[in-house]
Amino acid sequence: MRKPTNNVSIKRNHQVDMGQVQNMTKQSSRRKAIKTLAATTALVATASSLPLFGRYSQAEASEPIKIGFQVHRTGIGAAYGRWYDRATKAAVKKINDEGGINGRKVEIIAEDDGTDPKRGAEVVEKMATQHGCDIAFGTLFSHVVIGSAPRAGELKIPYFVVSEGHHVASGMLNRYTLQPGITDVKSQVQAMAPFVSSSLGKKVTMIYPDFAFGHDHRDYFSAAIEAQGGQVVAKIAIPPTESSFTKYFPKIPRNTDVIYHVMVGPAVLTFVKEMGEFFGNSRPEIFGFIDSLEAVDLASPGLEFLEGTYFWEGNPRYAQANQSVYDKDYRTAVGVDANGASLSDSKDVSTYAHMFGCWETLHIVKAGMEASGYSGPKDRAKLIEAVEAMTLMPHSHAHPQGAKEFNGRTHQVFGHQYITKVTNSKLVLAHTTSISDTYYPDEVDYTKQPF
Amino acid sequence: MSELKKSWLLHLGIVALLFVLQFVLPSYHHASMARIMVLTCYAMGYNILFGYTGLLSLGHALFFAAGMYGLSLSMQHLEWLAGPALIIGLLSGVVVSLTIGLLLLRTTGVAFMIVTLMFSQAGYLTVLYFGEFTRGDEGLVIQQELRSIAGIDLSDPTSRYFAALLLMTICIIVSLRVVQAGFGRVLVAIRENNERTRMLGYDIQRHKLSAIVLSGTMSAAAGACYCLLFGYAGATFASVQYSIFPLLWVLLGGAGTVLGPFVGTLFMFYLIDLSSGLTTAYMLIAGFSLVMLTLFAPQGLVGEIRRRGLRWLP
Repeated sequence: MRKPTNNVSIKRNHQVDMGQVQNMTKQSSRRKAIKTLAATTALVATASSLPLFGRYSQAEASEPIKIGFQVHRTGIGAAYGRWYDRATKAAVKKINDEGGINGRKVEIIAEDDGTDPKRGAEVVEKMATQHGCDIAFGTLFSHVVIGSAPRAGELKIPYFVVSEGHHVASGMLNRYTLQPGITDVKSQVQAMAPFVSSSLGKKVTMIYPDFAFGHDHRDYFSAAIEAQGGQVVAKIAIPPTESSFTKYFPKIPRNTDVIYHVMVGPAVLTFVKEMGEFFGNSRPEIFGFIDSLEAVDLASPGLEFLEGTYFWEGNPRYAQANQSVYDKDYRTAVGVDANGASLSDSKDVSTYAHMFGCWETLHIVKAGMEASGYSGPKDRAKLIEAVEAMTLMPHSHAHPQGAKEFNGRTHQVFGHQYITKVTNSKLVLAHTTSISDTYYPDEVDYTKQPF
Repeated sequence: MSELKKSWLLHLGIVALLFVLQFVLPSYHHASMARIMVLTCYAMGYNILFGYTGLLSLGHALFFAAGMYGLSLSMQHLEWLAGPALIIGLLSGVVVSLTIGLLLLRTTGVAFMIVTLMFSQAGYLTVLYFGEFTRGDEGLVIQQELRSIAGIDLSDPTSRYFAALLLMTICIIVSLRVVQAGFGRVLVAIRENNERTRMLGYDIQRHKLSAIVLSGTMSAAAGACYCLLFGYAGATFASVQYSIFPLLWVLLGGAGTVLGPFVGTLFMFYLIDLSSGLTTAYMLIAGFSLVMLTLFAPQGLVGEIRRRGLRWLP
């Protein structure tokens, strides 16, 4: 164990020798003055002890709750980070306007993780040990979460991630890491299978990036579509360094009913354009994950080919005909228009399918802190237990994306998924899955792990 | 006092200072210093090849990742304990650097740089390709309870700090011994004039290969220890940016100096740590600092100190 007392004694020893003798007289008179001041204060305090105590308690209670926000300001996740930042600020404003958490204001301390796992771990350390944050929160990219979570566990700081990775529910992380504000990729992917097999077709060709994110889609969807009586007729993995895709399209079998694509990164525009050139007017049904086109305007040149195709969306980017009042108010609070773009710049398209996770997570943190009577870092374990005890989260201003169900054992939330169809360059809601479509058996029970 | 004694006193003094800092540093800087010391070993490995032998590699992340995955895969899939897994990490570094080194030495100059970059990229793609075992870009977590050797919990801040200090001390001693020995002098001779050294009768290829293996093994030791101390292995550490980092650290600190890698790693860490709090363009600040140093202290910080007075600095 480290010995912080040594720190103090060493510093004190250093302070002794410089102008020691000269300062003695000054120190002596300063001490007298301090004693006089202390005596006066004591008198005043005795005369009005209760109000003074009251003021002290108030001062302690008015200390803000510090939430460390691990944000992708730079690196490949910067577009997501920009909008995660806006959703976070809007949620904190709402929470503070409504009286804060346990009567205390919430303060966000943001640190850029560079979308890098090494820097991510450093940032979590900084939040826990330098900034004195109560919790850490916010990051999206799985490798940053997985690189940071071990440090969060060692530092015993609750780490609320908004990542949609299956890493939390798979059991690879620890009791201090939770994902209560966004569903994970395994539940999202398997919930697509009933719609794809019943509405689009049973023979599916999958096109996915050849790394962990793509492999998750390949494995979870293959199993789910087979359970629906469908079949994956081809699995086309595209290396992450690829910039042209023409050579892959001839590998798509002729009997394909549906193409399932989940490309990410800047090459997605080329991918769609080349797929359009390959198929012309006769194409199979096409289904994709909006991750490919988050923060990308659907009216961008080259995306015309997507007209009539389907997308998974965590939360529909375009305001739908059945828009709830919760979505409407959330949209306004974050500064997003009915087309999913910034109110101040219609070209600045949001990451609408994911960023609600920040808003909802912060509301869960508020609910958890209030349920546990959280007063400071010593109550971190109580906070985690309070969140683990949560189950149903109704559709509300705190949960504008929809109702959810939290599984305290796996630290993962489950919720509705949305399937939209590109119609006149807009995404129009075609299907909403049930929450039960997203369930899968538990793979871990974090509540059995000690704090 | 002889230059040799001065040199040992200085370096062991730095080790002693770092030992004392363990009791003084606030928590955040304490953890950061442990990380810096491990990464310094990576830079020291790089410095053997670049600073002393004059071979510019753009693919050292391959060796760092070899150590990291040697350790993590044997712990994850073979369920080995941390101690034997650490040895596997080191052996991975030896095998990869020896194999790649034999091929690399068929090239010289710019071709050497390009081939190192290509091998490193191949290594990165291999990690992604075998995602079933490595979890590709997402990476692997080494659970806290597994990260102990001989009953010492390496996830504990104090143990981690001392483990990092021990590794760095070993790397300093190895570097000093190499520099002071005839072997190191031949490496410097190769850096200064390859042909003249050959003419003097030295086996250039054998010396270069030894330098690659030593450099690769030190880098692999850093990779394995990083994974063991911080609990994570991921493909990012095999990517090209992690090949560029040791080059920057060594250039900043002073190529061809034993302490340069430590000073460069420390400087760069805090430059990014402090500037990223001020602006998102923090890499611009890092780049600007590098340009300024190249213009006004082309031999790096420690190299400049050596040039201006302490000529005995190894």
